[in-house]
Amino acid sequence: MRGENRVADLQTRLAHAGYIAERSLSATLLLFTDLQRPLLLEGDPGVGKTEIARVLAKVFECPLIRLQCYEGLDVNAAVYEWNYQHQLLAIKLLEQGKINPDDAEQQIFSDKYLLQRPLLQAITQPKSPVLLIDEIDRADEEFEAYLLELLSDFQISVPELGTISAVTRPFVVLTSNGTRELSDALRRRCLYHYVEYPEFDKELRIVNARVPEIGPQLARQVVSFVQELRKLDLRKKPGIAETLDWTAALLRLEVPSLDADPQVVLDSLVCLLKTREDSAGLGQIEVERLVTRAI
Amino acid sequence: MNGLVAQDLAAVLQGRLVEFVRLARAHDFHVGVAEEIDAQRVALSCGLNDAWCLHWGLRALLCSEQDEWVRFDELFDAYWRPTNIRSSYQATPSAPVDSGQRLPDGRSGQQGVAAEADAEGDGAGADAADSGAREGASVGEHLATADFQLLADSGQMRAMERLVERLARKMRRRLIRRQRVHRQGRRIHLRGTMRQCLRFGGMPLQLAYRQRCRRQPRLILIVDVSRSMSLYSTLFLRFARGIVNAFRDAAAFAFHTRLVPVTDALRQSDLSRMRDSLALISQGWSGGTRIGECLGGFNDEYARLLTSRSLVIIVSDGLDTGDPERLAQELARIRGRCRKLIWLNPLLGRSGYEPRTQGMLAALPLLDLFAPAHNLQSLQGLEPVLTGL
Repeated sequence: MRGENRVADLQTRLAHAGYIAERSLSATLLLFTDLQRPLLLEGDPGVGKTEIARVLAKVFECPLIRLQCYEGLDVNAAVYEWNYQHQLLAIKLLEQGKINPDDAEQQIFSDKYLLQRPLLQAITQPKSPVLLIDEIDRADEEFEAYLLELLSDFQISVPELGTISAVTRPFVVLTSNGTRELSDALRRRCLYHYVEYPEFDKELRIVNARVPEIGPQLARQVVSFVQELRKLDLRKKPGIAETLDWTAALLRLEVPSLDADPQVVLDSLVCLLKTREDSAGLGQIEVERLVTRAI
Repeated sequence: MNGLVAQDLAAVLQGRLVEFVRLARAHDFHVGVAEEIDAQRVALSCGLNDAWCLHWGLRALLCSEQDEWVRFDELFDAYWRPTNIRSSYQATPSAPVDSGQRLPDGRSGQQGVAAEADAEGDGAGADAADSGAREGASVGEHLATADFQLLADSGQMRAMERLVERLARKMRRRLIRRQRVHRQGRRIHLRGTMRQCLRFGGMPLQLAYRQRCRRQPRLILIVDVSRSMSLYSTLFLRFARGIVNAFRDAAAFAFHTRLVPVTDALRQSDLSRMRDSLALISQGWSGGTRIGECLGGFNDEYARLLTSRSLVIIVSDGLDTGDPERLAQELARIRGRCRKLIWLNPLLGRSGYEPRTQGMLAALPLLDLFAPAHNLQSLQGLEPVLTGL
């Protein structure tokens, strides 16, 4: 198939799986599967970075393995760990029987007592999974360096067992919110896509796809309200998830149209504004102005 | 390139792709030889018939941060769509460009920035192809000793700002390395282990650890933005931005006649928005200075930031119109509550300057460190102080 057809094809498959992607993103994802390089997604919180990995797993019909990064994440939590308690119990039991010490050792350090954590899991799957490494910028630099090694060799060495090589190569998706600069080495190894807040049309399609019960009129109003809201100088801009939450809330409150009851709209803004400064800064007059613009 | 009939055409296109990757490298994109090869695979996978597909494909491959993401479109258009000339790229003084003039293997031409900055940069052209990292080093050498005040043109200024941010990041890296040593050195807590394992009949099934963890210091940066400092203040705000972004626990303030917190403004990833919000806060900047009162304001409102692990850095030239006694008093209040108090004075680097102003004289005995901050070297000299804390 020609390049442009394949892009369009992937785009429809993504749409069927519930993700509305622009063509540029589809082209990147296509390349991502062709080149087998990891993909680094950056962008503000709530623009659907994590969702991309989830949908890819759906499209490829493979498992999604997720590693959530945090400060202080270490090998025990990310790669593997020995199940110490069980090992010690096994030793106690073995003491009673008469077993050759070598055999006993073999038994204790076997797969049975190895707890697989996401990274080890990801390279031992029979079918290539999607490995989502979420918020890599929160992990320490040392972990980043370890990851770099893993991503180039796709093998993990466990001293007691030997080296475990990848059965299949996972599709690696990394996301970052930019709380810390990532190393150039990691950036260079990855394909890169910057996910922006969606345009009006795209967001409207997302709302219609995810909350189909909402009427076309209210959907338009909701989306243009949120789009206007993002233009304001907020501390935390509402993402797509917030838009969907708000839409669901409005449905639940049985609001027929945004201008029907300003007080209800004002109350339901808790779905969109997540800091004290933002909700304090947005008074009734401002909200009404936004509503009139949105209609 | 099976799809193409004419072999020659394929070769030309391959050459063009390689050239484009090199052009990107010349424009500070983080790309190397691996990308030159992968660019061919991108072309194969996306097809050459659809310009947009190629555009998106190469963008995903060559970009690695938001800044590059923004600049890519223009670079792509300038190279692949020559009829559509709106390339500010070719116009910038530091860019070596015009792809046409480049030699096919054009390695010597690529180090444009380094070559322009000083001749030393041309020495080791052989390993130039593997990354752009070398450029930074030679320019850095040159810029490190230049007084901030003398940096006139914007290209140099930007390079300097980048160096400052990198330095701020490096300081953080150092601190973390120390922390790691301690984490490895953590030991088993025998008492806790025995207590915990009583329920297993004394068999140590669950270990308790003793953890000696060193925490990062909290950095508090107070930058003077009064008129006398106007040549330096942009740069120090940029330094503050690096610090605020690199350290999880840091705060920055700017002052002239009153003190304003600028941490949130500096944290914004979008540069133009940062500038906007700084401009909004900064009405009346570059006016006179009343250091004592500003520090008083800090003590009244933000003293909660001061703990035994806080490090306070004041950047000011000490030219004060306020009362020196008040200054000493407020400094003493800060000194009593923080770990270290550092005063950076850009004037101190100038030959012949001595801290003779009343304010400065009053402050001196209270400081842990009084250091120059007129060039990058002097900022680098701070590193051991910050890491040794």
